Amino acid sequence: MTRIEFWQGNTACAEGALAAGCRFFGGYPITPSTEVAEHMAAKLPKKNGVFIQMEDEIAGIASVIGASWTGARAMTATSGPGFSLMMENIGYAAMTETPCVIVNVQRGGPSTGQPTMAGQGDMMQCRFGSHGDYSVIALCPASVQEMYDLTAKAFNLADKYRVPVFLMADEIVGHMREKIIIPDSVENVPRRELVKGVLPFKPDNDLIPGFPVFGKGYGVHVTGLTHDERGYPCATNPKLHESLVMRLVEKIELARNSIADYDVINPDAEQVFITYGAPVRTVQQLMHDHPGKNIGFLRLRTVWPFAEHALTQFKNAGRFLVPEMNLGQIAREIERHVTVPVRSLPKLGGDLHTPAELLAALEAEQ
Amino acid sequence: MSFEDWYRQDRLPHIFCAGCGNGTIINCTLAAIEQMAWKKEDTVFVSGIGCSSRAPGYIAADSLHTTHGRAIAFATGVKLANPNLNVVVFTGDGDLAAIGGNHFIHGCRRNIDITVVCMNNQIYGMTGGQGSPTTPLGCLSSTTPYGCAETPFDLCELAMAAGANYVSRWTSYHVKELEKAVLAGLQTPGFSFIEAMVQCPTAFGRRNKFKQVSDQVDFLHTHTLLKAKRDRMIEQGEHVPGDMFVVGELVRRNRPVLGAKP
Repeated sequence: MTRIEFWQGNTACAEGALAAGCRFFGGYPITPSTEVAEHMAAKLPKKNGVFIQMEDEIAGIASVIGASWTGARAMTATSGPGFSLMMENIGYAAMTETPCVIVNVQRGGPSTGQPTMAGQGDMMQCRFGSHGDYSVIALCPASVQEMYDLTAKAFNLADKYRVPVFLMADEIVGHMREKIIIPDSVENVPRRELVKGVLPFKPDNDLIPGFPVFGKGYGVHVTGLTHDERGYPCATNPKLHESLVMRLVEKIELARNSIADYDVINPDAEQVFITYGAPVRTVQQLMHDHPGKNIGFLRLRTVWPFAEHALTQFKNAGRFLVPEMNLGQIAREIERHVTVPVRSLPKLGGDLHTPAELLAALEAEQ
Repeated sequence: MSFEDWYRQDRLPHIFCAGCGNGTIINCTLAAIEQMAWKKEDTVFVSGIGCSSRAPGYIAADSLHTTHGRAIAFATGVKLANPNLNVVVFTGDGDLAAIGGNHFIHGCRRNIDITVVCMNNQIYGMTGGQGSPTTPLGCLSSTTPYGCAETPFDLCELAMAAGANYVSRWTSYHVKELEKAVLAGLQTPGFSFIEAMVQCPTAFGRRNKFKQVSDQVDFLHTHTLLKAKRDRMIEQGEHVPGDMFVVGELVRRNRPVLGAKP
C-alpha cells in the first residue's frame, strides 16, 4: 500500500535512501542538509545499518567510500563548504570506481556565504570539482517527492555505473514541506559483482568492471594511483593512463541517453525555458498562470551528463531561457550545444525567481 | 603458512630504497598477523600516501590505498560497515601526524577496532626528504635546510591522550619486540597504535650524518629507553634525556570499543 505523508525534503531524501537499501551514512552536520543526517541517525540503527558522525566532511566521504567497498549502499549529505572539502576523495571514488551517493543541499556561496538560503552555485563544482578528468552523474530534485525518488534512483545509478552520484538539491527543496506519495517499494538494481577469476579492473562491454566486494576472497588492491586491470599501480605508462581515464569518462558519457531524465513540454514552442531544481517550480507556476502562452519547457532531472540530445526536440526554438540560482553555470553548457540565443536568468541572494520575473524575461525582446 | 605467503609475489620488486626499514616493519606485522591465524579473505589493509602507505599493495589481501592522511577515516567506514573484517592500517609520520592528524585523534577517541602501524622515519621520504611533524629539532631536511626549528610530535603520547586502547613503540632494530607488540595490538580490542621508528637512509640518513644504514639503526637502538626504565628514572627523580625514544608497551587498557566483532 502506498501512503501519503507531508514531509520536509531532507526527510524525504533520507527515507528514499533507506528505501533503496542504504545502510551506511557517514557525514558531518552542515546547514541546510543536517536533517538528512539526523533522520539517518534515528533510522539506520533500527535497520541494522550504520550512522557515523565523522570529524569532518573529508572523513565523512572517506568512510562512505570505505563502507562501499564492503558492498554496502553508502551515502553522505552536505552543503557548499563541506562539498568543497570532499573534492579530493570524490576524485578518489571516481578513480577507484566506488559507488557512492553524495547529497548536496546547496546554499549561497562562496565560502560560508548564506547557510540558510538557497543557491545552485555548485553545479559546475559537482562536475569538475576534483582534479583530473573524470565523469559523474548529477540529479536535481524540484520537489519533496523527487527528493525521495531521485535519492533512491541515485543508488541504482551509482551501483550500475560504479561512479559517485550527486543529488544536487538546494535549500528550498531541502526544507520545504509538501505532500509526498510513498511507494510500496523502489526499484533496486544490485551492484554487479566481479566474476571470480576475472581481473578486478577489467571492464565488461559496458566499460564497467564487476565489483570485487571486500571480505569475499577477491584479494583486490584498490588504489587512487593510475592502475592496470589487476588494480596494480602503473603510474608512468602514458597509454595506460590515457585508456583508464578515457574509460572512466566514456562509461558515463556514452551512456548519457540512458542516464538522462527530463521532461519535454510544448516541444513546438518558440520560447523555451530550461531549468532544474527549485526554479522548476517558478516555471511551472508561470505555465499554469498563462495557459494561452505557448511556453516550451525542458525540465531536467539529470544535469550531468548533460542531456544535449533533449535540446534538439525543440525544433522551433528561437530562444532558450535558463533561470538558475547561480550566474549561468548550466546556461553556458547549453550554449555549447545550440545555435539560437541562450538567455541566462541568474538569481543570487537565496530567493527563488518570481513568476513575474520570468514573465518579464519571456516578454522582453532580448 | 608463513608470513611470506601474505605477499603478492607478482608485485616484486618493491619500490623501497636499499636499506629502507619499511620492509622490516611489514614483515613483523605480517608475522604477527600470521600468529593470529587470520584468513586473508577476512583481512583488509588500508593506507594513505607515502612510502609506508605502499605496503598494502604488496600484500595478497583486499587493500585500500587511499588519499593522503585519510586512511583511518576510510578504515573506519570499512570496519563499521563490516565488523567481521580485520582491519590494519599502514601509515607514516607525515600521513598520520600532519595531514591526517585529526583522523588519528578521532580514531583513538572512538577507539575504533583497528590496528594502526606507523612507520616513523621522521621525514617525507616519497617526496624527497621534506621535514615532517616528527623531524627532531635541529635535524636537516630539504625544507629545514638550517635545522628543524619545530618541536616534534610524540605520536604515542598523542594516541594515549586521545584514548587508544593499545599503544606501543619500538624500532626497526627490535624486530622480535615489534612483532610481539603488533600481535598484542591485534589481540587488543579497540584502537591499537604501534609506532615503529625506522631508518630512511635516502632522505633522512644522508642529510643527518648517518653514513651507513647501520649507523642510523645503531642510533635508533642506542637512543631507546625502555618504558620500565623511564618510569624508574622518574620515580627516583632522575633526569630523563629528551632525545631518547621511550619504547615498550605504553598502554593496554579496556575502554569501550567501536566496531568490535559481533
